Amino acid sequence: MSDKMADAMADPLLATRSLRKSFGGIVATDDLSLEVAAGEIHAVIGPNGAGKTTLVNLLSGLIKGDGGDIVFDGRAVSRLRPAARAHRGLARSFQITSIFADFSVLENVALAVQARSGHSFRFWRPTGDDQRLRGPAREVLARVGLADRAEILAGNLAHGEQRQLEIAMALATEPKMLLLDEPMAGMGIEESQRMIALLDELKADYTMLLIEHDMDAVFALADRITVLVYGRSIATGTPADIRANADVRDAYLGTSETG
Amino acid sequence: MISTMFGKPTAWTTTVLLVVFALMPFVAPAIGEAFYVDVFTRIMIWSIAAVGLNLILGYGGMVSFGHAAYIGIGGYTVAIFGFHDITNGFIQWPVALAISGLAALVFGAISLRTRGVYFIMITLAFAQMVFFLGVSADKYGSNDGLNVWNRSTFEVAGLDLSIDDNMTFYYVIFALLLLVIYVTRRIVNSRFGMVIQGARSNDTRLQTVGVPTYAYRLTAFVISGVICGLAGVLQANFEQFVSPDMMDWPRSGELMFMVIMGGMGSLFGPVLGATAFLILSEVLSGITIHWHLIFGPLLILLVLYVRGGLTGLIGKFERRPPGV
Repeated sequence: MSDKMADAMADPLLATRSLRKSFGGIVATDDLSLEVAAGEIHAVIGPNGAGKTTLVNLLSGLIKGDGGDIVFDGRAVSRLRPAARAHRGLARSFQITSIFADFSVLENVALAVQARSGHSFRFWRPTGDDQRLRGPAREVLARVGLADRAEILAGNLAHGEQRQLEIAMALATEPKMLLLDEPMAGMGIEESQRMIALLDELKADYTMLLIEHDMDAVFALADRITVLVYGRSIATGTPADIRANADVRDAYLGTSETG
Repeated sequence: MISTMFGKPTAWTTTVLLVVFALMPFVAPAIGEAFYVDVFTRIMIWSIAAVGLNLILGYGGMVSFGHAAYIGIGGYTVAIFGFHDITNGFIQWPVALAISGLAALVFGAISLRTRGVYFIMITLAFAQMVFFLGVSADKYGSNDGLNVWNRSTFEVAGLDLSIDDNMTFYYVIFALLLLVIYVTRRIVNSRFGMVIQGARSNDTRLQTVGVPTYAYRLTAFVISGVICGLAGVLQANFEQFVSPDMMDWPRSGELMFMVIMGGMGSLFGPVLGATAFLILSEVLSGITIHWHLIFGPLLILLVLYVRGGLTGLIGKFERRPPGV
């Protein structure tokens, strides 16, 4: 583990340096420096309003930071637009399910495949029978367990299936890293278990930044955990470190574990 | 795709309407109502414009309240060329389409930086700018408009492909309508089409999977403007007259109504909408001069209670064999 930690510090896949973001008077991200090593699942936890979703929005480019840098895969990406960051290999999911509700499940994923297959200024050939899109899309659907739901309208999927579709769309962009914003949000116990199993399986192939409220999931999956409080990192370490950390217990875990 | 949302008009209705279009120049004189040919010429011209607007309104979710501007630009280009004694269609038409496209590029580039109500208002504002340009163009008739004394001429190697004959022109317009529908069909089913429909459905999501949506939406806006420019070219040639009225904001509203009435995001819906709109206004205005009092509520009822417009309505009544 210590070797892995050393590697992480030497050459992280994703690093933020002194990242800052305020909304009006509210500081959502406060001088945040965070490093995610290639191959790890790095969980970010913290109470409501700690700035977790803001962090994912900053990393994926949906909002601009007030200061600081984001370095991904050796290059600064702070100034890149969301689409450009996706092309560099940063894929994300959304806390509030974000899919193309009036497309079929297969079309959702095929569109994500299309996004990484060169430009889309192609006006003539129908996509409906384009196996260069549909083939990879079906593979990804099979991987997340939605193969038999391919033709259904995405808006008609059950909530848990829509969360799986979110992951599928992220995977279809062939990312180097997944930014997962509460992938278990709103799920029942059984669905959560399935999602944990899926993420555990994906762990072999992808680096992940995982925002999650479900502490069982976090401690089951994460290699390292960063604890955010009021936009500031109060601790980073292995799950064991975090459990043992007195500050964290005071700020966050303590209340939920004694409760 | 949106077509699965609203249901398609059946092949049956589409076929019937197309047959009516195809036969009208023969049927109308036979039943002693020759002016129907003119009515249907106008219907087809407005259909072309409505199909053009539908590309961005129905498929792209961009509510442009200013598409009459491109009809006007197309028409005025033809009229102004004619005014300066340039009647060659091979010059007039491409230039008219290019200017329509260029205007759409400039207006779209700015409008598409806004969303929702702001987008509607800014497209309207640009269109009114073009309208007032027409009003203030004293040389070209200002409010009174401008006659188009000669239709566009098409001479190839000594061959005179004239559209002076109304029957010939009718079928040229019919062919162009079919072409525009076919091209639109290819576009909406292509990769480009998936992107503009995806941007309508969830723009943020599309960006985060790696599609810079702005450039695609703008391109769709330009294509749409060019198609409306074509409708303007045809209108100027058919009516042999242009005036600022053809690009005043009520025309933009009527065009929107045709699309919404017919069924947004269905390929043939705008044609149904334009047909129903123009025939209804023709019939009702024959009954009473206060026909707007009947027409308005009818439109409101349709929009409120029939999801997917006429396309949705007809889809309910017609049975469709599976897989079609």
